[in-house]
Amino acid sequence: MNTVSALAGVVIKELYRRKDFYVLFVLTAVLTLSMGMINFFNDPKIVEDLKEICLLLIWISALVIALTTAARQIPAERENRTVFPLLAKPVTRGQVILGKFLGCWLAVGVALVVFYVFFGVLSGSREHAWPVLKYVQAFWLQWVMLAVVIALVLFGSVVFTSAAENVTICFFVVLGILLLAGHLNTVALQQPEPARTLLYSFYFVIPHLEWFDVRDLVIYNTWAPVPWVDCLLATLYAAVYVTLFLFAGWLVFRRKSLTAS
Amino acid sequence: MEAIVEVKNLRVEYGARNSGPGKKLAVKDLNLGVRAGEVFGFLGPNGAGKTTTMNVLLGFVNATSGDAFLFGVNVREPIARQRIGYLPELTYYYKFLTVEELLRFYARVFGIPRREADRRIDALLKLVELEHARRRPIKTYSKGMQQRVGLAQALINNPELLILDEPTSGLDPIGRMKVREIIQRLKSEGKTVFFSSHELGEVETICDRIAIINEGELKVEGRVDELVQKHHTDLEKIFLNIVGYQPQLPS
Repeated sequence: MNTVSALAGVVIKELYRRKDFYVLFVLTAVLTLSMGMINFFNDPKIVEDLKEICLLLIWISALVIALTTAARQIPAERENRTVFPLLAKPVTRGQVILGKFLGCWLAVGVALVVFYVFFGVLSGSREHAWPVLKYVQAFWLQWVMLAVVIALVLFGSVVFTSAAENVTICFFVVLGILLLAGHLNTVALQQPEPARTLLYSFYFVIPHLEWFDVRDLVIYNTWAPVPWVDCLLATLYAAVYVTLFLFAGWLVFRRKSLTAS
Repeated sequence: MEAIVEVKNLRVEYGARNSGPGKKLAVKDLNLGVRAGEVFGFLGPNGAGKTTTMNVLLGFVNATSGDAFLFGVNVREPIARQRIGYLPELTYYYKFLTVEELLRFYARVFGIPRREADRRIDALLKLVELEHARRRPIKTYSKGMQQRVGLAQALINNPELLILDEPTSGLDPIGRMKVREIIQRLKSEGKTVFFSSHELGEVETICDRIAIINEGELKVEGRVDELVQKHHTDLEKIFLNIVGYQPQLPS
């Protein structure tokens, strides 16, 4: 565990010494604040629109940070050859995968906390209401969803040779799941056999990242918080996919020959 | 005497997707033993199989057949690397970290307690003369300084065996001398050093025993003084003769 946490520490240090996170945070803040200053036709729903835009920007920024941070971990270790002095120590390849996952997840979690604090302050100052419980649930479910994304990207990073290739493929996979996965069962119903069974199987196999999207809960104050048991089930669902992707990544990585010359 | 490094019938083949059909044989049935407390030079021309053998010993590459052991433990087990230090030919470190952070990270990987790690980091930074730059990111270091970072990280666990891949390559004469001094010092402390080098004069000065490998095959192994006496010439001529070098003089 010491090795895994040491590896995670290096990933976190790398993230906050790079400029990506700061650029995305400043961009989100500037866009939201500039829109927050405008009040179209004294529309009372303007705060809800503002919250929606701010949350969308947070979702995009967090996804970009998660994808780019996780995708470069193992390819960068190989390209910069830092993997050689590392694996020359009593470190297993499984520990490398786990450490990278933990580091990326914690680093993205820190970024997400900053984003949500900003969002909370912004919406609270306009609405004079502080539904902290809903914010915590929205944050937790998004963070858990990002754990699945990071595990998927890490698996991709041991399969694909370059980080750019991995980011592109994973970006389209994640976007496809978020936008289309929820409609696959409806589409399947309209198909003849065997396409129907195939689509249905696909629907049940893919991780439904869109289930973790509870932005409406935070945007509309009239909505009740998610029952805790549902949050727990969603967390367990994500944990299964994280385990599967990390295990698959380890299987590929453990037999890979690394040449130091 | 106890064998620290043992290589038995080691064979490594690489897939030859880029070089035509068949497979490339990098190491052919290699047998090698390095005893405790000796400085062992592993020599051969470029592409002879030295780095591949080292890569197997360090667990980077899987052997096609045969076995390799460190301290009697199969190199496939990560625990085999608990008592070794490795210095790669070029510097491959997290350049956004400071040398102090890098050494602390490796100390944690070895499970060294924090107080002991602090003591070792101070001593190593003094040894490699990087105390003044301990809080600067490694990316701001010169090449010589980065090579010294490599030496410090290789020694963080106070290893009993050091594996050095061309440790003096690319260093200026002072840097080379420093590395040589450190190897001599480690030898006097009873450590075992296994290193590859193209600097035959250096090898002749500091090695107890050597092995020369060519085209993946072991050509000669023995004590340096005995080899020199037997062939009535220096190590460079022995090496050139073994690898089949023919001087091409202008006609």
